[in-house]
Amino acid sequence: MAKEKTEVKDIDRSKYDFRYSEDDAFKLNEGLTPEIVAQISKEKNDPEWMAEFRQKSLELYNKMDIPDWGPSIEGLDMDHILTYVRPKDNKMQKDWKDVPRDIKDTFEKLGIPKAERESLAGVGAQYDSELVYHNVKKEVAEQGVIYSDVESALRGPYADLIKKHFMKLITPNDHKFAALHGAVWSGGSFVYVPPGVHVEIPLQSYFRLNAAGAGQFEHTLIIVEEGAYLHFIEGCSAPKYNVANLHAGAVELYVGKNATLRYSTIENWSKNMYNLNTKRAKVEEGGKIEWISGSFGSHVSYLYPMSVLNGEGARSEFTGVTFAGKGQNLDTGCKVLHNAPHTSSYVNTRSISKDGGVSTFRSSVVMTKNAKGSKSSTSCQSLMVDNISRSDTIPAMDIRVADADVGHEAKIGRISDEVVFYLMSRGMSEDDARALIVRGFADNVGKELPLEYAVEMNNLIGLEMKGAIG
Amino acid sequence: MAEQLLNVQNLVVSVADEDKEILHGVNLTINRGETHVLMGPNGAGKSTLGSTLMGDPRYKINDGKISFEGQDITELSADKISKLGMFISFQNPVEIPGITLSNFIRTSIENKTGEHIRLWDFKKELTKTMEILNMDPSYADRDLNVGFSGGEKKKAEILQLLMLKPSLAILDETDSGLDVDAVRTVSKGVEEYKKSVGGALIVITHSTRILEALDIDQTHVLVSGNIVAEGDGSIVDDINENGFEKYINQ
Repeated sequence: MAKEKTEVKDIDRSKYDFRYSEDDAFKLNEGLTPEIVAQISKEKNDPEWMAEFRQKSLELYNKMDIPDWGPSIEGLDMDHILTYVRPKDNKMQKDWKDVPRDIKDTFEKLGIPKAERESLAGVGAQYDSELVYHNVKKEVAEQGVIYSDVESALRGPYADLIKKHFMKLITPNDHKFAALHGAVWSGGSFVYVPPGVHVEIPLQSYFRLNAAGAGQFEHTLIIVEEGAYLHFIEGCSAPKYNVANLHAGAVELYVGKNATLRYSTIENWSKNMYNLNTKRAKVEEGGKIEWISGSFGSHVSYLYPMSVLNGEGARSEFTGVTFAGKGQNLDTGCKVLHNAPHTSSYVNTRSISKDGGVSTFRSSVVMTKNAKGSKSSTSCQSLMVDNISRSDTIPAMDIRVADADVGHEAKIGRISDEVVFYLMSRGMSEDDARALIVRGFADNVGKELPLEYAVEMNNLIGLEMKGAIG
Repeated sequence: MAEQLLNVQNLVVSVADEDKEILHGVNLTINRGETHVLMGPNGAGKSTLGSTLMGDPRYKINDGKISFEGQDITELSADKISKLGMFISFQNPVEIPGITLSNFIRTSIENKTGEHIRLWDFKKELTKTMEILNMDPSYADRDLNVGFSGGEKKKAEILQLLMLKPSLAILDETDSGLDVDAVRTVSKGVEEYKKSVGGALIVITHSTRILEALDIDQTHVLVSGNIVAEGDGSIVDDINENGFEKYINQ
């Protein structure tokens, strides 16, 4: 029988792969010393407690070991990572007109201002270490919603609130890269939604890393008060360089009593990126956290958003899709801590690996003795597109309460020749057939994404279907 | 003089990754519009023959030649054979999430003809055809075969047959595992194909129920990878009464 060589297209990252000169950028020296960290404090005009916090975090960082259980991060030379890069004469703007032209062009190409006009309640845009744009729609601001960068919030009326919550959920003691984050964090977003306020349309922050060999360490702190609702979207990308870049952000989410927070991420870092990001949510009584997580980019990822279900009836839903192509080792998953009665967690993930890519699903479900009557259900499915790719599932469960319902289901498979033949027997080319199967596989997750992201995801998977398919 | 549609010469086939030979030199000629029945005991190679004609890469053609619509298709892939006008109704249709039955059929038609079809015309024809098959219209918007019962999957195959209008349709045990009503519905669909499309048929079957309403031009009996007997529709009646014993012991 005739055999034609075909392949599922790799993710087309070309639309992200453009860059501008860094001549105009202000940079601190490479590496990590108390002096460099002090300079960051000075640049940012840190309050005294923050300057001290940074130095303490640096001490912890120097004492801690790099993780020895996941993908190799040997290619990352911390002595040469630029921890702080900002556009010269940087000032955060409220109007895209006032943003420097190269930077504005970057975000135009990524479609951010257009999305803001069409479907978002507010936007923050970070370029290297600092925010270059931040704006929130008047109607939303009038509801009392605060959406700003963390630095201005540290000096404004919410200073005490920040101090009370900043790196309390993710502490510098957690792991080496959390300590690093504590020392050199810069930029990010602060969101406060007052009790009972429903933010009807999403807020979005977009993080763009432009400088070669740099790190991005943005901090996201979101507080959703009792009975409130927020959908927050985070997007990330970077052009490809030959030197390693590092992303070690931290996301801390506080979900109040009966409040709901939906947190969507599409991460599409370039393939020289080490994505060592930490995300955590604490959910109070009757509250709910919904994570939607798409991991497409980076060379190496360690990413396990964690939900701490701390009040009775608190819930967590995690929906994720990971696509590991050539040269990528993506270790993703999630963690749930059930620490109150009648809490529930639901995890549904899909991972795809091709061209020698490695994708690992790692999860941890812990139920303390407080978690009476709690439920947890995990379903993870993996698809290997060819014989040289790899997929693993590593679930861990620690259940310390008798009255609980815990389920885990994992499936690992390859594209079935039978399915390809079925589609081809109806006139579909082998390429299209394989692409359709991959897309169908990720469809459950795609349905959870905001429409424009679902479209983006389909494009990312490179499904160039002809005609009006789907 | 009847016009030749399919010609199979000395077809030798094995499973692609193994040495196991399944068909040992099959010859078969089908003229335009004819109805042929392929019978044989389990494991004789009936489904292998059907799938191989359709270009299934899981089988390897070691020798022989297949011509269809005047072209040598021995080396062609399934999508190209499909575009020439061949169709197979699968014994176990697979479930494919991510595309609805309706969109799949429309894409298939457009792939085959290379032309855009108007959504309105398409919907109208689809609805009409689903009525013939007693299919609930909601199936059109469900993902292809996902969660369909055995009967609905077979109906969805016949729906595709009627919409794609091939010049040759291979029905691989389309009647197996169906209850009496479902067999009747599927038979009605096959009759409709003969009537409105006028295409040729290869009916692979164990039983005879699906054949009752069809005028059979020729019957082939396949045993252990060889065609051991050929004749008209009376062979069907004979097998129906006496089984395959006399063919096996030849």
